[in-house]
Amino acid sequence: MADVIKKATRESYGEALKELAEECDKLVVLDADLAEATKTVMFKKAYPERFFDCGIAEANMMGVAAGLAASGKIPFASSFAMFAAGRAFEIVRNSIGYPHLNVKIGATHAGISVGEDGATHQCNEDIALMRTIPGMTIINPADGVEAKAAVKAAAAYEGPVYLRFGRLATPIFNDEATYKFEIGKGIELKSGTDVTIIATGLMVNESVEAAKMLEAEGISARVINIHTIKPLDRDIVCKAAKETGLIITAEEHSVIGGLGSAVAEAVSECCPVPVVKIGVNDEFGHSGPAADLLKEFGLCRENIAEKTKEAVKKFK
Amino acid sequence: MDSTIKKQLGKTAVNVRKGIIEGTFNAKSGHPGGSLSIADLLTYLYSVKMNVNPADPDMKERDRLVLSKGHTAPALYSVLAEKGFFPKDELKSLRHIGALLQGHPCIHIPGVDMSSGSLGQGISVACGMALAGKLDNADYKVYTILGDGEIEEGQVWEAAMFAAHYKLDNLLAVVDNNGLQIDGKISEVCSPEPITDKFAAFGWHVITMDAHDFESIEKAFDEAEKISGKPVVIVQKSVKGKGVSFMEDKCSWHGTAPNKEQYDQAMAELDARLEELK
Ligand SMILES: Cc1ncc(C[n+]2csc(CCOP(=O)(O)OP(=O)(O)O)c2C)c(N)n1
Ligand SMILES: [Mg+2]
Repeated sequence: MADVIKKATRESYGEALKELAEECDKLVVLDADLAEATKTVMFKKAYPERFFDCGIAEANMMGVAAGLAASGKIPFASSFAMFAAGRAFEIVRNSIGYPHLNVKIGATHAGISVGEDGATHQCNEDIALMRTIPGMTIINPADGVEAKAAVKAAAAYEGPVYLRFGRLATPIFNDEATYKFEIGKGIELKSGTDVTIIATGLMVNESVEAAKMLEAEGISARVINIHTIKPLDRDIVCKAAKETGLIITAEEHSVIGGLGSAVAEAVSECCPVPVVKIGVNDEFGHSGPAADLLKEFGLCRENIAEKTKEAVKKFK
Repeated sequence: MDSTIKKQLGKTAVNVRKGIIEGTFNAKSGHPGGSLSIADLLTYLYSVKMNVNPADPDMKERDRLVLSKGHTAPALYSVLAEKGFFPKDELKSLRHIGALLQGHPCIHIPGVDMSSGSLGQGISVACGMALAGKLDNADYKVYTILGDGEIEEGQVWEAAMFAAHYKLDNLLAVVDNNGLQIDGKISEVCSPEPITDKFAAFGWHVITMDAHDFESIEKAFDEAEKISGKPVVIVQKSVKGKGVSFMEDKCSWHGTAPNKEQYDQAMAELDARLEELK
């Protein structure tokens, strides 16, 4: 087996910011005392005059970002997802979303894979929160290559974007040389006819692996990577519903309000078929190593394969 | 301060520090720096000041403590273990899957009065507890401990305003002024200074103390005792990582666990200190 290269999407976020700095002189980066962790430290070291630490004050940081954007800058405001989407939610809604300002929110340490810090820091609600803000674009990259491309696309796009990154190093499966990223365009990674697994973030690679396991058991599973949760690529989702008649969603987020909900909402309107959601159920996380937690909460290839098999049996 | 009491407090504080190192080492993660800087404070509070009962952790009339700087849970857990709220062995499974001791304080752990970990929120909850105490004519006290970086959160100042407005003199906040946060010195990241003047302007009675000197700690709490009609804040001058030579005053020890070699060295230093106090 070829060696799998692993990298956290937050690393790629830091690298992308640094790479963007030269070509984009309007770019400024804000952080809230987490630069080492969010990896904006890479930008900070290279461009200290365009980096502003706001201290542990996420609400204020989002407001400052709004002001910078209203005055022609392209601010990337960073913190952990819990605090960027959670603590600062209402400021993001009213000072960034409502005036539709060109602020990019770089939210790292999303999901249960935060690990040992436990429930207070495991943000499984950010996609749900951000989805409710009109005009907010939400991108949840699946690997380092996609993360870097997403940051660059977000910088080039005019309007508020929420970028969701992970703490955990995960396999790189996209090829940097050929990979093309387009905001709002889902990617079919594997064809299939019996069922479609629609995944986002670190669950994409797990879903591809699950599909291989299913193939061996005679189930043909299509796999779609939805990196942009909003606006959702309704075409690719509805086509999958029509052609395979059964959808499984997989995300490292609550099953309430995230990718699964977005897909179910679309499918119920365009082509009602069963949608089975895999994600964090309606419960809080707890402390533990990320890999163990992902297993425990069913956010792994084995569980995806298992749930898909059950659904095929039940619905087809 | 009576010299035997002082010695006893000193020993307990070293044991609390050992528990912090034990916990973070076994967890391979966690926050030793800011835990070590409040080891003496927590030792004093739980040994001298607070009316708590390990046999009845939810005792109605108990004094309460909200660890607003929740990432320093190892210090709280260690002092609670010293007190007998749960076996010391639990410290070894800190942050493990299925463990009692979560990465950040959780209200379901015996002796922990409030879940915390998202900075800035604990002081508001402490205000609520103090207000309830007033409404019930109860005479328990509410303590809350904040980081000097944490007070950059706007919510802290909303709580400061609230506490003074409602004359919550049953509330005592301690700001752990170790001068460091994650990204660097508090004065360089986004300075919350001058801390004492800010609280004074918000209507609090302000006291300062040396966080690692029990005489100074006692003096500060004695003064606090006499204040009525307004909330009290003690700004304690502390050293992040205090008690483990290589961790002292280093940002890098904010959220890093010691490896085996560092663990051995830290424990040896702390054991030597215990020997001195014999
Ligand atoms: C709302 C919020 N933002 C960010 C964090 C991440 N964080 C954990 S500790 C810390 C620094 C705290 O510094 P300080 O309050 O000075 O604590 P101490 O030096 O006592 O460890 C940060 C930013 C958090 N836990 N909560
Ligand atoms: Mg500090």
